[in-house]
Amino acid sequence: MLIGIPKEIAAGERRVAAAPENVAKFIKLGFEVAVEAGAGQAAKFPDSLYEQAGATVLSATDVWAKADIILKIRPPQDDEVELAREGATLISLIQPAQNGDLLERLAKRKVNAIAMDAVPRISRAQSMDALSSMANIAGYRAMVEAASEFGRFFTGQITAAGRVPPARVMVIGAGVAGLSAIGTAVKLGAVVRAFDTRPAVKDEVKSMGAEFLELEFEEDGTGEGGYAKVMSKEFIEAEMKLFAEQAAEVDIIVTTAMIPGKKSPILITEEMVRSMKDGSVIVDLAAEGGGNCALTRPNEKVVEHGVTILGYTDLPSRLATQSSTLYGNNLVKLLGLLGGGEAFKLDFEDEIVRGATVVRDGEITWPPPQTAVPPPPPKPAAAKPEAKEAKGGSSLAGILLGITCLVLLALGWKSSSQFLDQLTVFTLSCFVGYMVVWNVTPALHTPLMSVTNAISGIIVLGGMLFISSANQAVTILSGIAVLIATINVAGGFLVTQRMLKMFRK
Amino acid sequence: MITLAAIPQAPVIPAGLLTMAYLVAGVLFVLSLSGLSTQETAKRGNVYGITGMTIAIAATLLSGITNFAWLIPLMVVGAFVGTVLAKRVEMTSMPELVAMLHSFVGLAAVLVGLASYINHGDKPHEIVHQVEILLGVFIGGVTFTGSIIAFGKLRGSIGSKPLLLPGRHLANAVMVIACVWPLGVQFIGAEGTGGLTALIIITVISFVLGVHLIMAIGGADMPVVVSMLNSYSGWAAAASGFMLDNDLLIITGALVGSSGAILSYIMCRAMNRSLANVIFGGFGTSAGATPAGGEEQGTVTETTAEEVADMMNDAGSVVFVPGYGMAVAQAQHVIHEISETLRGKGVEVRFAIHPVAGRLPGHMNVLLAEARVPYDIVFEMDEVNEDLPETDLVVVVGANDIVNPSALEDTASPIAGMPVIEAWNARTVVALKRSMAAGYSGVENPLYFRENTRMLFGDAKETLTAVSENLG
Repeated sequence: MLIGIPKEIAAGERRVAAAPENVAKFIKLGFEVAVEAGAGQAAKFPDSLYEQAGATVLSATDVWAKADIILKIRPPQDDEVELAREGATLISLIQPAQNGDLLERLAKRKVNAIAMDAVPRISRAQSMDALSSMANIAGYRAMVEAASEFGRFFTGQITAAGRVPPARVMVIGAGVAGLSAIGTAVKLGAVVRAFDTRPAVKDEVKSMGAEFLELEFEEDGTGEGGYAKVMSKEFIEAEMKLFAEQAAEVDIIVTTAMIPGKKSPILITEEMVRSMKDGSVIVDLAAEGGGNCALTRPNEKVVEHGVTILGYTDLPSRLATQSSTLYGNNLVKLLGLLGGGEAFKLDFEDEIVRGATVVRDGEITWPPPQTAVPPPPPKPAAAKPEAKEAKGGSSLAGILLGITCLVLLALGWKSSSQFLDQLTVFTLSCFVGYMVVWNVTPALHTPLMSVTNAISGIIVLGGMLFISSANQAVTILSGIAVLIATINVAGGFLVTQRMLKMFRK
Repeated sequence: MITLAAIPQAPVIPAGLLTMAYLVAGVLFVLSLSGLSTQETAKRGNVYGITGMTIAIAATLLSGITNFAWLIPLMVVGAFVGTVLAKRVEMTSMPELVAMLHSFVGLAAVLVGLASYINHGDKPHEIVHQVEILLGVFIGGVTFTGSIIAFGKLRGSIGSKPLLLPGRHLANAVMVIACVWPLGVQFIGAEGTGGLTALIIITVISFVLGVHLIMAIGGADMPVVVSMLNSYSGWAAAASGFMLDNDLLIITGALVGSSGAILSYIMCRAMNRSLANVIFGGFGTSAGATPAGGEEQGTVTETTAEEVADMMNDAGSVVFVPGYGMAVAQAQHVIHEISETLRGKGVEVRFAIHPVAGRLPGHMNVLLAEARVPYDIVFEMDEVNEDLPETDLVVVVGANDIVNPSALEDTASPIAGMPVIEAWNARTVVALKRSMAAGYSGVENPLYFRENTRMLFGDAKETLTAVSENLG
């Protein structure tokens, strides 16, 4: 099976569907790989690296005409579909909901198509989720772009020339892109706040080192497929009030509220932009859907009311080396799932393959049939935890104390002074043992057991005392006792020695 | 003052010297235990122990024993058998060896008790002395058979499932009471050796009780059971010391008894269970044990040895969490190889040990030491937990309940409140497991369904060998 990797022809696209290191993995999976000359140039992968990884370098027409599997990033443009061989399989981002006529053309041409953006968002498919890979990069790049537009340090510093306050960053939407932006901003030293309608992401936001902004309003915005759902009017009002307050305070806003296939909601009004300090930056990751900021112009950088607003939609392409490698990794996993070079097959029994395949054997197979999504588990009743405390210690001590008292009372009644002496020895020894053993490091608990085992073999003395008895039965009984207690002494000490020798730095 | 119970001949050394020898031996035993507080002093500690034992035995030999023809061969044979056992034992089988040695102490205590009673002859008894015999024999008997059952369970020759007879608590109580009345009373009241029958019946009852008590405890509770039996064997020795008026036996027994008790307590605390809960067994049978609505918890993400190798290569810090599964698969050596390769590449490698991992307190430490893992990269649970959020990769090798998040998150879980290694806080977790079966406690482990968890199925030794080969 030959994999073909053509050059992306969309204007300004720097990425390529796979990096040389991915090519090596395709070959390991049993494929052959052909790369169009110059395909990786813009992503800083020269042809020679692909050849080293085992690929052949061909012309565009040859790649399209020979390949059984075409790997691309962008949806194919008109003439590209015609280049593909009948019966070949195309794997790329397709946006099937918006590109109905492309699907028809592919079906007519009998080209199978797998949409990387239609891979179901289930945990098993995470490693193939190209949207997450790209969103991660977009979030990172958004913060880098913001930093380069912003006129100050991100991190607060006390310098010889005076104090520098840290930049304040607000991230709206803590999805993959949002979390990545948060992480990047925190690492650059900014003070970061984040907002999301889904309370469940609060912990993730906090774990990244950001503050989670909360409304005085309770509504859970968790929707299907990992996206947030549309919220009530009251909620939106409260939300807008929060954004308005924050806009006046922060230096940088990153918005990520995208609704797939729909217009992005306006979250930052012109009013809010005007309230922001001069020199502030807004990065609108939802620009493709029109933008979350009222003043965003897709694909452009504009300055309004002293605020720089970035509406770039090609952020992953601006980090082409990284995004090509990650996209290629997603493809490696997907091709592995499809059976590799030997057993390549579009198996509709597999939920992931079924969901991602949009054209098969000349038929449009999108959208996939709804699979029964298990309902979310019912909210566990907020049962007060029964205080299950570690009471082993106190009850143990209690038992010991009780036994000691009873023994003292019952036996001390008539006992001789000799017995009382022994009791003193016994009690003090217990305390010495207690003090000493608490100091033993847990790593040596096994040697502790074997050494105590050995010294409890001291019971051999008991046997020795009776072995000279005139009574035959006593001699035999004590003889056996001596025998097994000696096993204990020798075995215990030697095995301890053996173990301790093994411990080394 | 030491009085020797049954010495027909005059001692070679004066009684005062014997007392001094015992005193020195006792001090050496204390030093021996305190030596174990650090790895650096541990070997010296063991030498103190050996010296103390040698002094004690030598002094006793010189204290008037005549029957050397009988005694010396027995001791030589015993020492030989002990040496062979110590040399041959696999480190993974340490728990079995320890359990077996406990049973020896128990049996020796029973025999010494019986011998002491028979030897006493027709002289009048002191009540205190008789109670001492009774206690020594009883504790020794429970220790003996209990340890044998523990040994069987650890070896797998007895099923590790708890055996729960109906009315077992009542049966235990009846057995204990019967040993006090009528048997105990009858024994104490008897003249001469007339109480021997009662004493033998008590011995038999203690044997049955030992079997019954330990049969009711499940396999994974064996760390507690073994340390508890360790404690019992100490108390049995101490009781013999009272019986024989031998201070050294009392001292040693008390040391061992409290050592075992502390270990049991540490183990129980690590499982957030009371000692009574463990001793009386039946864990996992309460109503709460079935995970509420937990048939399908989501999907697991499988991974391959190659991917794990890549993850390790890319990680800045890796923490291994070994469990009993590592011992079963004998995977400690290949883990050591991997850790050395990674350390050579500048990856920070550490090991996190849960107090109840394995079947013996400190068992994992010994196995890692056997594989030559340096002990200064092996840490306790508490030392590692706070660093885990900063850790790139946690590799769980054959452990289950000790990394189960429901212990902290699900108050209805049977293991709720048990301190665990919070593996899920790391960026990525790789869990090595044979299959998706639940752990000892029968509780589903939500860790496997987490988004940052990858499962590597198969025999830990084989999969890790593959990982090691891929590390390159």
